[in-house]
Amino acid sequence: MNKPLISVQNLHTSFFTDSGEVCAVNGVSFDLDHGEILGIVGESGSGKSVTAYSIMQILASTGKIVDGSIYYKGEDITKWKEKQMRDFRGKCCSIIFQDPMTSLNPVFTIGNQLTEAIKLHTDKKGKEAKARAAELLELVGINEPERRLKQYPYELSGGMRQRVMIAMALACEPDILIADEPTTALDVTIQAQILELIQKLQKELGMAVILVTHDLGVIASMCDNIIVMYGGRICERGTAHEIFYNPKHEYTKGLLRSIPNVTRMKEKLIPILGTPINMLNLPKGCSFCARCDNAMKICLTEKPEEISINENHKASCWINVRDAMINEGGNADE
Amino acid sequence: MSDILLEVNDLKQYFPIRTGFFQKTPLKAVDGVSFTIGKGETLGLVGESGCGKTTVGRSILRLYEPTAGQVIFDGEEVTKNNINSMRKKMQMVFQDPYSSLDPRMTVEDIIGEPLDVHKLYSNKKERREKILELMNYVGLNSEHATRYAHEFSGGQRQRIGIARALAVDPQFIVCDEPVSALDVSIQAQVINMFEELQEKLGVAYLFIAHDLLVVHHISKRIAVMYLGKIVELADSDELNNNPLHPYTQSLLSAVPIPDPDIARSRQRIVLEGDVPSPLKMPTGCPFRTRCQYATEQCAQECPTLTDRGGGHMSACFNK
Amino acid sequence: MENKDKNLPKKSFLSTQIDLSKFAPATDEEKAQQDVMSESTTFFKDGMKRLFKNPLAVLSIVLLSLILFTIIFVPMFVPYEYDEILKVDGKRDRGAQNLAPFEYSEMEQEFIANGGERFPHILGTDELCRDYFVRVIYGTRVSLAVGLFASIIVLIIGLIYGSISGYLGGKVDLVMMRIVDIIYSLPDMLIIILLSVVLNEVLVFKPGTILAELGTNMISIFIVFGLLYWVSMARLIRGQILSIKENEYILAARSIGAKPTRIIKKHIIPNCLSVIIISVALQIPSAIFTESYLSFVGLGVKAPMPSLGSLANAARDGIMSYPHKLVFPAIMICLIVLSLNLLGDGLRDAFDPKLKR
Repeated sequence: MNKPLISVQNLHTSFFTDSGEVCAVNGVSFDLDHGEILGIVGESGSGKSVTAYSIMQILASTGKIVDGSIYYKGEDITKWKEKQMRDFRGKCCSIIFQDPMTSLNPVFTIGNQLTEAIKLHTDKKGKEAKARAAELLELVGINEPERRLKQYPYELSGGMRQRVMIAMALACEPDILIADEPTTALDVTIQAQILELIQKLQKELGMAVILVTHDLGVIASMCDNIIVMYGGRICERGTAHEIFYNPKHEYTKGLLRSIPNVTRMKEKLIPILGTPINMLNLPKGCSFCARCDNAMKICLTEKPEEISINENHKASCWINVRDAMINEGGNADE
Repeated sequence: MSDILLEVNDLKQYFPIRTGFFQKTPLKAVDGVSFTIGKGETLGLVGESGCGKTTVGRSILRLYEPTAGQVIFDGEEVTKNNINSMRKKMQMVFQDPYSSLDPRMTVEDIIGEPLDVHKLYSNKKERREKILELMNYVGLNSEHATRYAHEFSGGQRQRIGIARALAVDPQFIVCDEPVSALDVSIQAQVINMFEELQEKLGVAYLFIAHDLLVVHHISKRIAVMYLGKIVELADSDELNNNPLHPYTQSLLSAVPIPDPDIARSRQRIVLEGDVPSPLKMPTGCPFRTRCQYATEQCAQECPTLTDRGGGHMSACFNK
Repeated sequence: MENKDKNLPKKSFLSTQIDLSKFAPATDEEKAQQDVMSESTTFFKDGMKRLFKNPLAVLSIVLLSLILFTIIFVPMFVPYEYDEILKVDGKRDRGAQNLAPFEYSEMEQEFIANGGERFPHILGTDELCRDYFVRVIYGTRVSLAVGLFASIIVLIIGLIYGSISGYLGGKVDLVMMRIVDIIYSLPDMLIIILLSVVLNEVLVFKPGTILAELGTNMISIFIVFGLLYWVSMARLIRGQILSIKENEYILAARSIGAKPTRIIKKHIIPNCLSVIIISVALQIPSAIFTESYLSFVGLGVKAPMPSLGSLANAARDGIMSYPHKLVFPAIMICLIVLSLNLLGDGLRDAFDPKLKR
């Protein structure tokens, strides 16, 4: 399995609004392997959700993939026709959304919606589809599946609905599950249940998961690899261990400083100053430079390139380049 | 605690909900909550959605008329009649920085509204000076005074909301999930600002949130609510290190910790099932339906909040 | 970090590509330049900008202003009156009946041949030898005025009723809305016909006043509009106020200690203003339509005052021979109603915050 399952290459996605072009994603590239849990973390407007939606090609009508390609098992799906994409969604790749309250149709029963999804993508019909639906509900830990199938979404709690959404996403055993802030709308105890469920299912079914979230805590407990995004670009990527214990991008460092530390709870937080970037006029250089404490002249004018810190870790920050130069210089002096 | 600023005694807030054609069932949003807050202190109030924590904050400010119980502020009971003057001393910061600011008003008018209502200035110039001073307090640029709220980012909007609350120079502010709608990097800015304002002005906070990490960071003491009742109240470090109530224990274990090693090594107590509907409250202890230690006794009577030493209060028979 | 800057090497493997001075720390000003706040706009300006991006809305604005300009200024230049029977040199022109557009009667042709000047009948004349162009313009005036006044009456009653019901809520709201439901269930055409018959008997105006000139039918149309059509406006405003009341900024104003009058005046009314304007814009064409319809069935303005509906009605008689007499008022009704509807839609798209982005 040397070929990645999904390979995103230099993705650019823009939204064309009244006020102008909003470049939500600016040259994002990453690979996703079989059975990997990849976390994409960033604040609102960093382009993390748009990246996920671009893979599914379910952007809002004003949004468009402007440049770049997405390879699924070696095929460029950005060139696929809508009909092929419909097969791709559901069979190869499924998505669960943030708000379980609005992603289920309130006028149909759970069973209705679930069997619909099954009939659409498999050749199961009637009783068979119903049996599969019950099986799926059981898989996501809903007790009394037969009774639940007859219920309407409003009869279920938020956590239950998110489980139903997951069941629906798993209907055709996709290779990839995209979870877009799956637990943000849920309470802490319910969040723990859902995260545990996703982890369990990922192990059992061996699918790859892209977890999009703003919550560093969720990322820390779930993900193998992490991508940190800011202003539509990838700041830093690496294993969870590298990102949390050896951050090499000023934004990641700032982010980790600005959450209360578990071991030193009462210490003062060090926030990232300034306000989130205005996506309508992106700066010429690094998108984070306006808020960066250690910004340099070069950060204002030139986009940083991604350089490898080690084999599991890459970051796009000029400070790493400078430090590399200092080391190089130091070595040369000796 | 020698100087108590706010005392809440057995506060009850029921909302009648129509359940049948002629039938109304009381929804017990808050059911007998008591606590005190000292001068310049921060009390954290945590709980899951629907546990009544927001209602507690609003009932204190009499945005709802409480069903029973009393609120004593600075030695004086808050009643229907004196609430308007009380609102000069007690203020509120709201959760949603988008809907809590009137979209048709400029920042200047939003912050100036409490000044207008309580007539806290003698002329236009004084009003403007006060507004600019407030904006300066919360780190807003004075050029922003004539802009509209929708032009600002979430963090800046929350600053405007805080400036509005500070305008009357209150001694106590109810902070109703003030950071949960903000991005992580902005949360820290706002939290720091709350702390700085407390140091400078000596205001006390009731800090309502569902994020235990944030509450733990900012509060001196924490109260945990479940279905309208406080189940545990203790010093924040004590609560974190030595939770007594089974609900607090599971809540703490479920908090996602932004540290991969700790997050992966610790034992999670995952609660089974969902929070029961407040319309169909279980008998006895409200938590017993999800509690692993529940006994016969729990179904019969409701445990009260008792001191377990050093001001650590818990409401559980078994733990 | 800062100390290391001083130790920057003079030469390194990257120095050929990148100038080292670029690695000096950036100043705060330089950073601040990166952080640009978008230009300040008010809600109104923003909405207008979007309105003027909508080609249909712009077209209807142009069309409406053209119509308004015509009905206000053009009658000043045309030497005929709407109720004037054409005369040439003081003598009644009996041949000027049912002329085609731009046609002159025999007497007029003779008059022109003798060196006289005669203003052309742009849309011809009617069966009573009156200039049709002027009549159509006056008809438009009447129709637009009816639409405007009826909408204003509807707005005033609806606004007051709706805001009281919406703000007080509870039992008051329940009773007030049931009254609305009852009025809603009345058949409006029947009421209009009954009322105008009754009012014709009751209302007597002094001859010569504007009211008398409009006729009792017209007045009863106003009254009926006021009595019947405010219900939908009241419902709309009540709904708006109910949803605005849910916003946290109302709660915030209450927590500050603001009184209800202040909350209504400062927070609620400004926030439902756009919806009110839009629904008035959409109310006008419906009023015009009803007026035209009533005039068509003979319950509209009193002759000789024309309205677009009564003109169309009168044109029915000679429809085979003089179709243009029906076509012109009909086109006018279409243009006004269509452009007001399009403008209303455009306003809604531009100002309804729910559709933003």
